[in-house]
Amino acid sequence: MTSIVEVESLTKVFAGGVTAVDDVSLQVGEGEFVTLLGPSGCGKTTILRIIAGFESPDRGRVLLGGRDVTDDPPYKRAVNTVFQDYALFPHMTVAQNVGYGLRIAGVPRADIGRQVEDALRMVELLDKIDSRPAQLSGGQRQRVALARAIIRRPKVLLLDEPLSALDVKLREAMQVELKHLHQRLGISFILVTHDQKEALVMSDRVVVIDRGRIVQCGSPAELYDRPATPYVASFVGTSNLVPAIIVASDANGVVAEAGGHRLWARLGSRRFAPGAHVLIAIRPEKVVTVPAGGVVPDAFNRIEARVIEHLFHGHGLRTEFDIGCVEPFMVDIQLPAALAEVGLAAPGASVTLAVDPANLTVFPADRQP
Amino acid sequence: MTLAARRRLAILGVLSPPLLWTLVFMFVPYAIMFTYSFYTRKFPTFVPDFQLGNYLALFADPQYYQVLLRTLKIATAVSISALLLAYPLAYFLAFKVRSASLRTMLYLAVIVPLWVSYLLRAYTWKTILGSEGVLNSFLVWIGILDEPTPLFLYNQLSMVLTLTYIFIPFMVMPIYAALEKIPRSLIDASKDLGVGRAQTFLLVTLPLSAPGVLAGLTLTFCLTFGDFVAPFLVGGPNGSMIANVVQSQFGTALNWPLGAALSIAMLVIVLTIVSIGDRLERAGRLDLG
Repeated sequence: MTSIVEVESLTKVFAGGVTAVDDVSLQVGEGEFVTLLGPSGCGKTTILRIIAGFESPDRGRVLLGGRDVTDDPPYKRAVNTVFQDYALFPHMTVAQNVGYGLRIAGVPRADIGRQVEDALRMVELLDKIDSRPAQLSGGQRQRVALARAIIRRPKVLLLDEPLSALDVKLREAMQVELKHLHQRLGISFILVTHDQKEALVMSDRVVVIDRGRIVQCGSPAELYDRPATPYVASFVGTSNLVPAIIVASDANGVVAEAGGHRLWARLGSRRFAPGAHVLIAIRPEKVVTVPAGGVVPDAFNRIEARVIEHLFHGHGLRTEFDIGCVEPFMVDIQLPAALAEVGLAAPGASVTLAVDPANLTVFPADRQP
Repeated sequence: MTLAARRRLAILGVLSPPLLWTLVFMFVPYAIMFTYSFYTRKFPTFVPDFQLGNYLALFADPQYYQVLLRTLKIATAVSISALLLAYPLAYFLAFKVRSASLRTMLYLAVIVPLWVSYLLRAYTWKTILGSEGVLNSFLVWIGILDEPTPLFLYNQLSMVLTLTYIFIPFMVMPIYAALEKIPRSLIDASKDLGVGRAQTFLLVTLPLSAPGVLAGLTLTFCLTFGDFVAPFLVGGPNGSMIANVVQSQFGTALNWPLGAALSIAMLVIVLTIVSIGDRLERAGRLDLG
């Protein structure tokens, strides 16, 4: 896969000495859907604005299709942006908004009309062609902004938190629609979001950013199943982070002690010496509750726990347990039957939990979550 | 008493002082003036009557309609020159000044002259443009002129200059407010769509700041139209404007009916302009959210 966007050791320091982007390098392949994921203020939007040309980096380069565009103004770059507030021109109709770039580029009037209609058909908004932005709903404005950004067939489409202003239902529908649009267009998408679910649903590759730096870069499954740091483990999805001390270590894995429990974890390339302080990340949905009188599966870790409280989520149930550590230990189960039909252990009751050693991720404890 | 009736009474209680004020000090004087405009002059005063002679004089006597035309011309010139100067300044303030404190300071610098006596500000131009003035002294000093020229003062140009200076804050303020309100993402979006700076300005910034321009033009035009101090100070013999004529009719000429008719004519012109401005503004009103 050839790179369409290359960002090389980008650094941006804002007035006041805030380092928004700190030595970020990134390649985006042709037709790839890459998401920059991070909390607000982590620098992800600044990276996008540098690629678009609205900000210039203090150090580093931006290459589009192999050409250095670091010093090019936004109007000379073959990228288009969908803005967080949509940025539709309020004094123009939907058709004028969508055709704006073409009109200035000197495309013949008849062609503009046809292309505008095609673009609006693609976002299913052809019936609003003569409306003003003020007459549209949030979701419709979003679609106009999309149509306007793709009409010139950019090599890369930049999306700056495009779904954050929509309500949950619409946001979920648009996630799927955006994904399909990406497949239809075949161009590269770079999406900025703070919503980890959005990142997991839509992207080919997710770049997790924290305080201006790339923390991890990989496919959604890689990120979720093999987080590189406790930060990624808790930001992408939910993780129990259990502080522990290594008791024994061999080629197959480690044995660690936490809250009076001995936990066995399989390890990849990491090695820990006995006595080392570690954080063990365990996904709440990967933990099994063993029924009273049941057997803990072979080779599984066994954790004796006491119920603190049950939190009903509708589709599932999260139970918080006391396992002898400071933080409550969360366990999620899907509810196959109505909540009333599921026998719940009362708060205070003792329960046995089991978890596969493959589902434990061990991090050195000196790295702050 | 029902709740609705009580609420009505409360609203009436709150609104009656300002309404009474407006009635006594605005509508009654206008009504009196309107009545006077139909009276007949009878030296040394005037008698109640109902005739249109005063209004006809406005159109028949070149002394009056020429002054009216001159006033319109000067008001137009002042509005346009104020716009040409104020727009770049407002644009610079809204878009180019990064530091918020510097922007506040510069904006204050635009407004501060409004706190200085109007008369003083007009008079200042007399000392700048006059024969013994700053400009003449400077030009003589650097050798461009051999001796001071009286040409700078007492003409329509000096009037336009003075009035532009005096009323320019009323142009800067609404334009700045309009520019400030434009979301920066719209300008980014325009550039993002391949449109350069100049065209982005013409197609996005300028149309979206039009309400401010309109408000500024209306304010400046109407303020200039009713001005009588600048013509008096820097206007010279051929510089008198319609308000000066009104003043003299009520003063030395002692022809209140004609003065009243002139005032009503002014009022009609100003109200027409205000309502045209208002209508244009309504037609172009946009939701920037």
